Amino acid sequence: MEIDALYSGIITEHSRSERNKRHLANPTVVRQGLNPSCGDELSLELRCEDGVITDASFVGVGCAISQASASMMTDIIRGKSREEAGALCRAFLDMIRGRELDDATLDSLEDAVALQGVSKMPARVKCATLPWHTLNGAIDDLT
Amino acid sequence: MVNMKNIADDFPILAQKINGHRFVYLDSAATSMRPNYVLDRIDAFYKSSAANPHRGLYALAERATAAYEDARATVARFVGADADEVIFTRNASESLNLIMYCYARRNLARGDSVVIPISEHHSNLVPWQVAALATGAELRYMYIDKETCSIPDSEIERKIDKTTKIVAFAHVSNVLGSRFPVEKLVARARRVGAVTVLDAAQSVPHFHVDFHALGVDFAAFSAHKMYGPMGVGVLYGRRELLEKMPPFLFGGDMIEYVREQDADFAAPPHKFEAGTQNAGGAVGLAAAVKYIESLGWDNIESRETALMRRLMSGLAEQKRVSVIGSPDPAAERYGVVSFNIDGVHSHDAATILDSFGIAIRAGAHCAHPLLDYLGVKNGCRASLGVYNTERDIDRLLECIPLVRRKLGYGD
Ligand SMILES: Cc1ncc(COP(=O)(O)O)c(C=O)c1O
Ligand SMILES: [Zn+2]
Repeated sequence: MEIDALYSGIITEHSRSERNKRHLANPTVVRQGLNPSCGDELSLELRCEDGVITDASFVGVGCAISQASASMMTDIIRGKSREEAGALCRAFLDMIRGRELDDATLDSLEDAVALQGVSKMPARVKCATLPWHTLNGAIDDLT
Repeated sequence: MVNMKNIADDFPILAQKINGHRFVYLDSAATSMRPNYVLDRIDAFYKSSAANPHRGLYALAERATAAYEDARATVARFVGADADEVIFTRNASESLNLIMYCYARRNLARGDSVVIPISEHHSNLVPWQVAALATGAELRYMYIDKETCSIPDSEIERKIDKTTKIVAFAHVSNVLGSRFPVEKLVARARRVGAVTVLDAAQSVPHFHVDFHALGVDFAAFSAHKMYGPMGVGVLYGRRELLEKMPPFLFGGDMIEYVREQDADFAAPPHKFEAGTQNAGGAVGLAAAVKYIESLGWDNIESRETALMRRLMSGLAEQKRVSVIGSPDPAAERYGVVSFNIDGVHSHDAATILDSFGIAIRAGAHCAHPLLDYLGVKNGCRASLGVYNTERDIDRLLECIPLVRRKLGYGD
């Protein structure tokens, strides 16, 4: 059933988890994101060394979808280069737009694949994409 | 005596299943559903009478003119106004904008103030911001008491002063469901020589409203929140004010005579109705008035009060629910209650309740300044219409605890 896919165990665990929800000691970049439709707010913090994201975290308030998406994203991008993070961003946004992705690309999105069902819920698309759009902006700030 | 139990049968839209469940519609404050009676009258207008009102000299055009003007007379009687004080617009928002453009922007200047409660819907707030910015006048807020959610008398006395030219306020708040003291606000406004603007969008569907008796200068409401169609609303204005105001939009039907360089305008209400109007909508609104009258205010009010008590008592018993505004089940409330479920964003609550067939509103309810003032980000809102039953209320109350469970909380 659609609702159980949207609020699957993996999504609700991420949404309630505080693991990635914290400030970084010395962030290289801090970027704000806002989704006016839900009022979801997010501040994404990245620590970068030699073009690699060595740590990532977020603080914010919002719906379960936006919070889960942010938590999943910070897990995925940790240890990735700027370019790799940019490619993940494009892959995630493509998935939410309902495009077919090959298996390797889907695998690269790790837990975030669980958000695929959001592509069929137009009202919640912005919730899932907010952290990723914010990441896009942060990557621009880094270059 | 109308049998209020079977009212839902009058509303064909309610008979469908949503996500495999019986449809429970609890968002009438956003828009109410329409009974067959209203839908049939609109249909009949288009099938038998829909020529252009006021334009033709043939049978159908006369029928259309009569239908449109009869609708105006019916609506006027319903809200305690004269027919020439009732202007058809697209919705309450357009009515309020008309007051802003044609009255406020011409009568405000630097040093003047517009006073409104902090709880206003954006439609009765942003137009005043725009008027204040355009004229240099001050937009001043009356802050409600956070416990009772009413406007303290001292706020009314203090904020409405000699500088005040306009006092605008909702009759019933679309977030809190509480009723504001129109009599006090009108009395204070009169004492300082200000005009009053009543946003009646959430009151007209729930109890008898009489603009002449209330003594307001302007009022606005929408057909679609009172079992009528979307796309038609009403502006009420006191005749002397309407006569002095310039037209809003210009074009056909709002003129007396047009010369090459200038024109004479029609008298109110037609002065404010340029171009072909939503005559089918006006006919539908009049049908909605007749539908409400056929149920009777006593029946509607006693039923909605009983349902609201049941809902409020049920919410009070839920461990994980906090009501926005007074949680007292005995408090006066008109069809609306907003609340939050601990640890749950209202949009998730709405999505999950929808999976059980229940439609509620989630978000900021077009009242950002109120929620900011109350320190709430957003909320769920359940609102009632004549078709709601105990079963609907009980279904909502039984599904609220399931929301937290779906999100993986233990209880
Ligand atoms: C109190 C209040 N005022 C004004 C409006 C605006 O009504 P409409 O959208 O029909 O113009 C609403 C609708 O939500 C309302 O609740
Ligand atoms: Zn969201």
